[in-house]
Amino acid sequence: MSMQGVLPLSGFSGGERLAYRPDHLLVASMVERGSKVLDIGCGDGDLLQLLESRGIDGRGIELSREGVNHCVAKGLAVVQGDADTDLNDYPDDAFDYVILSQTLQATRRPKTVLENLLRIGRRAIVTFPNFGFWRLRLQLLVGGHMPRTDNLPFTWYDTPNIHFCTIKDFVQLCDEIGVKMERAVALDSYGRPLRVAMPWWFWNMFGEQGVFLLSRAEKGR
Amino acid sequence: MAGVRDMTGLTTPKSTPALRTVAPEERSHEVDHPSSLVALFGADKPLKLDCGVDLSPFQIAYQTYGELNADKSNAVLICHALTGDQHVANRHPVTGKPGWWETLVGPGRPLDPARYFIICSNVIGGCMGSTGPASLNPATGKVWGLDFPIITIPDMVRAQAMLIDHLGIDTLFAVVGGSMGGMQALQWTVAYPSRVFANLAIACATRHSAQNIAFHELGRQAVMADPDWDHGRYGDKGVHPHRGLAVARMAAHITYLSDAALHRKFGRRMQDRELPTFSFDADFQVESYLRYQGSSFVERFDANSYLYLTRAMDYFDIAGDHDGVLAAAFRGIRTRFCVVSFTSDWLFPTAESRALVHALNASSARVSFAEIETDKGHDAFLLDVPEFIDIAGAFLESAGKARGLKAPTGG
Repeated sequence: MSMQGVLPLSGFSGGERLAYRPDHLLVASMVERGSKVLDIGCGDGDLLQLLESRGIDGRGIELSREGVNHCVAKGLAVVQGDADTDLNDYPDDAFDYVILSQTLQATRRPKTVLENLLRIGRRAIVTFPNFGFWRLRLQLLVGGHMPRTDNLPFTWYDTPNIHFCTIKDFVQLCDEIGVKMERAVALDSYGRPLRVAMPWWFWNMFGEQGVFLLSRAEKGR
Repeated sequence: MAGVRDMTGLTTPKSTPALRTVAPEERSHEVDHPSSLVALFGADKPLKLDCGVDLSPFQIAYQTYGELNADKSNAVLICHALTGDQHVANRHPVTGKPGWWETLVGPGRPLDPARYFIICSNVIGGCMGSTGPASLNPATGKVWGLDFPIITIPDMVRAQAMLIDHLGIDTLFAVVGGSMGGMQALQWTVAYPSRVFANLAIACATRHSAQNIAFHELGRQAVMADPDWDHGRYGDKGVHPHRGLAVARMAAHITYLSDAALHRKFGRRMQDRELPTFSFDADFQVESYLRYQGSSFVERFDANSYLYLTRAMDYFDIAGDHDGVLAAAFRGIRTRFCVVSFTSDWLFPTAESRALVHALNASSARVSFAEIETDKGHDAFLLDVPEFIDIAGAFLESAGKARGLKAPTGG
């Protein structure tokens, strides 16, 4: 299996393209209008706002009080909570989509979190920084130190990111827990989809972020 | 709430007061003739209580701030806590102190009378003008006392709904309350889901915990152990069980604060002395503070009313009324919720709010939830805690937009 090639960001106005991050636009393009979405680790609520503007019923969970304050001020329905501990309390099939954007690597038990995403939602959209990105590899290989980039600026001793993985690792985990990958996209340093159809190793080397649309594997598969 | 409140929310008395008797005439005036608006409900409009009694006639004392707009879409009901009353944002007629929620209600505040029509009524069973155990029983001409029927949180809300009907309002823009007021706010959405657009429930729970019932029982037993209580008939003799009620208030007041707040404010400091007196005087500032809280409380509150209102909170259990399933109580509701808790609140801890939020999530309600970091304990909801005020303001603002309310002119 190779990653899907180009995912054109159709259906967005010029204003939307300017106002929102490209990876948010990509995620929003994967969500059907009229559906119900839970955004875990919703930060300041930018993605939720984009989703709501597209007629999607959005809810959020955010760890930081500041983030929750911002979201409530925007009129978003956001609760303060922790992806590691609070997802167990959500009932099965409560949402059409559950989004985990740039948060998986900061959870204590990524596998449990991933399993919970697809219990609560029929589909899950997961984005994460690809630790197999060539710059990171180069820093470790040549510099001999833990990599730091603009997108991952933390030092090793105060980073919230405790479970880094590569795109390859993530795909393996999905296979292991029987999750079906409906779409997979790698983004470059600017958050734009890589516009070449290439084998996995290429994405794993040149994608700075992975974006995956997942669903439950059908029974008997 | 009496005394001079500083920024920590703790009041410091000038000196330790002696506990004194309150003359009955000081109390009774506000009970029967409140310094606020009153809605009278006659024999044709009885209040159907959960205990099976139809209470009639009865009256509800209330205050309003601001103007009701033309389409009647800007009405906000504030529900007061256990020992609160209708005087949210005006000088209190008995104590002369500022309104109890002026951090949230007033010009430039999240609930600005320039924008909203704000209503707050004294709960049924209270002692500031709504019918309660301190009122005169028209059947006997005497004070109700323990002949007054037991009331519940749903009864309080039923009476408020009759007041809202009386004011010609169909749907409330928001119901807002903290502690027992939060319980009423939640009950509003459970009982009248289509009549509440937004719900701001602060430092509360969907049921009273065993520990909280235990504290209430302690307070009631303190009142009942006072010989002046006389099985609730103290009104006939012109006395008031002020000692018992003061002890009840002192115990309750500890539960409204936190260890950290008490330590920060008082530590082990002495009151007007350098050394211990080796007696049971109020050597410590914290003792003097508590005695002051107790004695100032009895000046404005009726002992029987305290028994009834604590009982109403004890009985509160939304899930219990819905076959034990909390989410069932909120099924299909369209009300927007904002739930707020405080980190140091051990009377209504965050876990209680989370249980509410989980139930609301499970019933697909639109809910926001924030836990505010503070060491001020349960009382934080009454104090100037900027993060809380910001959240409340942001929620009401966004709900106001969704409701199509205009910002105040000139604001």
